[in-house]
Amino acid sequence: MPEVKQDITVSYIRNLVGKIPDPEIPVISITDLGILRSVDKEGEMFVITITPTYSGCPAMDFISMSIRMKLAEEGIVNYRLETKLSPAWTTAWMTERGKQQLLEFGIAPPSGNMEERLEQLHPACPQCNSVETELINAFGSTACKALFKCRSCGEPFDYFKCH
Amino acid sequence: MKEQQLFDYLLMLADSALIMSQRLSEWNGHGPGLEEDIALTNITLDLLGQARYLYQYAAAIQNQNDTTLQATEDSLAYLRDAQEYKNVLLAELPNGHWGVTIMKLFFLVQWQQIVYERLVGGRDQSLSAIAEKALKETAYHVRWSGEWLKRLGDGTVESHAKMEDALEELWPYTGEMFHPAFYEEQFFGKESNRIFDEMKSVWMQKIKAVLNEATLTLPFQDIWMQKGGKTGVHTEHLGYILAEMQFLQRAYPGCEW
Repeated sequence: MPEVKQDITVSYIRNLVGKIPDPEIPVISITDLGILRSVDKEGEMFVITITPTYSGCPAMDFISMSIRMKLAEEGIVNYRLETKLSPAWTTAWMTERGKQQLLEFGIAPPSGNMEERLEQLHPACPQCNSVETELINAFGSTACKALFKCRSCGEPFDYFKCH
Repeated sequence: MKEQQLFDYLLMLADSALIMSQRLSEWNGHGPGLEEDIALTNITLDLLGQARYLYQYAAAIQNQNDTTLQATEDSLAYLRDAQEYKNVLLAELPNGHWGVTIMKLFFLVQWQQIVYERLVGGRDQSLSAIAEKALKETAYHVRWSGEWLKRLGDGTVESHAKMEDALEELWPYTGEMFHPAFYEEQFFGKESNRIFDEMKSVWMQKIKAVLNEATLTLPFQDIWMQKGGKTGVHTEHLGYILAEMQFLQRAYPGCEW
């Protein structure tokens, strides 16, 4: 059994792994995306719980690996990494800071809810802030995005879908 | 094996999702337009993800019962032969033209949506969690394929005629989804007939609404329906899919990326 580091707290772990960026949208952390659900302590063991955004999202395996690497760098071995499916991830768990970061990166953050049809949405263009926007495609470059275009500045842009 | 019916039921759901995914992936890079290509590729990926969670759960059940098996999601996907696959026949049918693919996809994802809705909050918590997760993705799949179906059915004279033909071709394969296999009867217990009748009537209602908007007429309903996929009796098409999908693991056992 490897030596267990003392003086490590739950908030230290949360802070450490919580800063790990999403591999496909590196401006946003797994905390701000709502992927890191909790960090708890059971006896000597830290229990880190994450949840996938989409079932097939290839970023999940990468995120799990990044967490393990980060903890390994710090010499932390007394942890268990769990994936929890329910309650299912929702964009409502994304933080305001996360939404702002997406916008600055050029991705329109989710607005409204899943019941609204994408055809009827007019998210503000991340380039020029115009709401003269329209859907090009309900599916985009990653599972979580749809493609829109702006009629004012002519630029296409990604919209992070409500989920 | 304990929980055999749950294991079989999981495989049926997982195999259906995986075979749909594998079939649809044939379109990757060949879609009629960039947007459609991207949409279908995304749906393919979602289905693969759903299949993975279902296989992981099935493998865990198998390993609980026999620790020597060392089953994994990969062994279930790559090392079972056609007669062990339990996917519905509709999933393995060739893609045909774009319209056939769209209609097949619409029928299947509409079925998945109804099944997943039934499983959420059910007595099996792990399956409920997988279904809850999958449902959100499925909502987008149903909308997208339904919109395309309307567009093609209510399109030109030619597209309408092609969709009528597609409907006639695919319809005999839709009955199987609502005809419970023995393990489904065991899994749902005494209520199974009522549950399957209910699911079928919801599916019919939703399908009819979209077909109606697509100006397509439902074929005569009491026709002969194909079945067998759920119990391992497949069309000749499945073997070819598996031959391609499983080649690497069969030729180089245990090979890793």
